[in-house]
Amino acid sequence: MNRQRLSLWWFIGTLVLALLLMLVPLPGVLEPFKPYWPALFLLYWSLESEDRVTLGLAFTVGLAADLLNGVVLGEQALRLCALAFIALRFRSRLRFFPMWQQALAVLALLLNDRILLLIVRVLAGASLPPASWWISPFVGAALWPFLFLLLDDLRARLRIQ
Amino acid sequence: MARARDESSPLFAGNAAGTLRLIVYLALAVVLMVLDHRNGWLWRLRYAASAVVEPVYRLAGLPAVGIRTMSVAFADRQRLTEQNQRLREDLLLANAKLNRLAAVAEQNQRLKELLDTQHSLELNVQLARVIGVDLGAYRYQLTLNMGARDGVRPGQPVIDAHGVMGQVKEALPTTSVVMLITDPAHAIPVVVERTGLRTVAYGSRDGDQLSLPTIPQAADVRVGDKLLTSGLGGRFPPGFPVGEVRSVAPSATGMFLVAMAKPSADLDRSEDVLLLHDQAEPDGPPAPVTPMGPPAGLAPAVAGSTPAPASTSGAPR
Repeated sequence: MNRQRLSLWWFIGTLVLALLLMLVPLPGVLEPFKPYWPALFLLYWSLESEDRVTLGLAFTVGLAADLLNGVVLGEQALRLCALAFIALRFRSRLRFFPMWQQALAVLALLLNDRILLLIVRVLAGASLPPASWWISPFVGAALWPFLFLLLDDLRARLRIQ
Repeated sequence: MARARDESSPLFAGNAAGTLRLIVYLALAVVLMVLDHRNGWLWRLRYAASAVVEPVYRLAGLPAVGIRTMSVAFADRQRLTEQNQRLREDLLLANAKLNRLAAVAEQNQRLKELLDTQHSLELNVQLARVIGVDLGAYRYQLTLNMGARDGVRPGQPVIDAHGVMGQVKEALPTTSVVMLITDPAHAIPVVVERTGLRTVAYGSRDGDQLSLPTIPQAADVRVGDKLLTSGLGGRFPPGFPVGEVRSVAPSATGMFLVAMAKPSADLDRSEDVLLLHDQAEPDGPPAPVTPMGPPAGLAPAVAGSTPAPASTSGAPR
């Protein structure tokens, strides 16, 4: 029971950490290189513990991110929902991909996410972002193996599901 | 409990229920976005949720504070000494200028009293610190550590030592969000210092420049011209530096000149900013006059009231 509770807190803690990481600023030069942390963490959990990650959870995390970020309410909820849906649907296959293939899949997911965001922003009347805006998915995909191994290792050490 | 899902998540094909749920959630998100876009609910919700949001901002701002502290702690002695020396010189220079200006300001005050205007050179400001939080949305926003409880109101101009930074967009109880002048959705009325040409400076897409897209073809605008706030519109008080023109070119349509300007304020380096409090009275169109009665009925009253000031001004004699 205690272990179960610990694993639940660990799950929530990583998601909160993802939101915090999203808010932490980087120096101006590194700014475009910042990955979309909530998506990465949510992806990890949707691959590793499918009964916790549902579309409702993705929606809630997205709403929280919107609230913190001050962008239009529902924007990130939409993006994370789409992301979680694709990840959950292909979960069984994604899990058994070798790491580089998994990273490529993550890249595709993150690029898809950016395209969604672009559509939303353009529909809302914002101007097109600069080219450096497209770097972030690649950084996210490059970080994916490390994030995945780190989180897996921590989970194994804490002996939680 | 989890095993029951095994049949519902097969290897290759998803089920219809999942798709349906996705559609419901996407529709919900779209509805939320449209409602929020139309009504601007979000800030009301954020105000309500500020008890949660603000500590998170402070927490997320900690790394930036830490780095700042570390950079001071580990900066070598020589650099600090140099910086100190430079600041001293700046202060000396600024004080000397201030002393000279004080006389001018006093004279100005006297003249203005003679003219009976309300304008004042004094600034009623409040110092605020920038919380290092990345609010996404292409970096056109700042978060400050002062909020509605400290008297911050939406619309207040924000300046730093070099010029105008932006205006308060929303004030939460103890933090506030500033919209920078480089935000593409922001426009600020400016005047070219050298020629007195009035125009409007918009934010630009790449985020570190101002764009002035509607300068008449015949106007005299050169690279290096300084832009000041014009005070039109009443939001920003007149006379604050806004930027410096970096390039002038004909617009795509050929009907206007388009100038790009670099903001004077250190938009990405400022740690402390000033919130202007008393907004100067607008220089723009006069406030709508309260409707008067028919002139015929008013005429005797006006005639009767004009001698009155003459008699009061005679009183001190």
